[in-house]
Amino acid sequence: MNQRGGDGFILEGVRRLGAVTIFLVRLLLECVPALGRPRLLVHQIYNAGARSLIIIMLSGLFVGMVLGLQAFNLLQRFGSEEALGTAAALGLLKELSPVITALLFAGRAGTALTSEIGLMRATDQLTAMEVMAVDPLRHVAAPRFLGGVVAMPLLAVIFSVIGLYGAQLVGVQLMGVDKGVFWSQMQGSVGLHDVTEGVVKSLVFGVACSLIAVHEGYHAEPTAEGVGLATTRTVVASSVITLLLDYVLTAAFL
Amino acid sequence: MRANRTLEIGTGLFVLLGFAALLFLTTQLPASGVKFGAPRAGYHVSAEFDNIGDLKVGAPVTMAGVRVGEVEGIRFDSKDYKAVVGLRVDPQYNQIPEDSYASIQTQGLLGGKYIGISPGGLDSYLKDGSRIEQTQSAIVLESLINKFFANYSSKGGGEGQGADNHSRAESRK
Repeated sequence: MNQRGGDGFILEGVRRLGAVTIFLVRLLLECVPALGRPRLLVHQIYNAGARSLIIIMLSGLFVGMVLGLQAFNLLQRFGSEEALGTAAALGLLKELSPVITALLFAGRAGTALTSEIGLMRATDQLTAMEVMAVDPLRHVAAPRFLGGVVAMPLLAVIFSVIGLYGAQLVGVQLMGVDKGVFWSQMQGSVGLHDVTEGVVKSLVFGVACSLIAVHEGYHAEPTAEGVGLATTRTVVASSVITLLLDYVLTAAFL
Repeated sequence: MRANRTLEIGTGLFVLLGFAALLFLTTQLPASGVKFGAPRAGYHVSAEFDNIGDLKVGAPVTMAGVRVGEVEGIRFDSKDYKAVVGLRVDPQYNQIPEDSYASIQTQGLLGGKYIGISPGGLDSYLKDGSRIEQTQSAIVLESLINKFFANYSSKGGGEGQGADNHSRAESRK
């Protein structure tokens, strides 16, 4: 990072936004050739997706259980506990599962991506690739980016399903809402567009979080401290961007 | 080679799980009629109603407030212009008198509809395929309010109060 004293805070922000956008375009251009190497992509889907599965499922279960408990408590005041299924399903599908999955993804997979690529940068592996006329963007960055984009929606839908069963566990088994009512009320008021909304959201979050992680790693300062800073920035930026995009997308879908 | 294999299996499982979850969400949440899992045990009876309100498939069937079964299917009989509701009653409740009375009731203030069965007095019991003859339709709140206003305005006509005028305007519709 070049520190020119005269440049303001705002200008630096604009510069970074521009850098990320240019990086995204270059990355997207490299994605098509990267698809020609499915083995690299599969490896990254495994890293970003399969290895995040346990934490996603555990979180989904507990989030669903808490949602079941809270929604039950609230609905009970209005004498409409039967709406628990609807409340849990809509809350999970539209908000909780895309957002929490993205936050967990940023912490679990995003940091791994950043530090991995950052360390490659720090140990001159990326430069070595360039010297060998191997494009590191195509062979290192693009597969990791794509892996994250593919993994995120899958993780989010798994989160939703586990969360629903978590809500059912609390609502039906513990609180005594009728099981048939729980599911039939849900089926009556959840539409396909609600499922689509959640998937589209998590796809957008997948692009944003993977892009930030790969970008931060790729442009990390080639020192131990630089890689650490880049990892921190990944988590902070991914979380903030996710929540901001969530508002924008929710407004767009309504 | 060995590590590669576990990696591929892991990825495959993850993708499979993801798509299974997606399939579940798209087919099971919006009412699509696709059902997974074996059919539950029990016997099937039917009942005809003039109006079922917003009774849904899966709603409970209760006797004295205890769940004894569930609504299994709802269809419209185009000859009698009635709703035919199929009920599945759990096998252990096999001593429900044949002349029992089925009514559609509401859970709580905003809750969904369910079917309550009041026992009759006969010694013969409902069995698979029988029909409950005596039924009472769902009470639709709007029609109840309309009826109330119609009564109210015909009784208190000519008072000339604001609220009264309003209710008369309602009942004229």
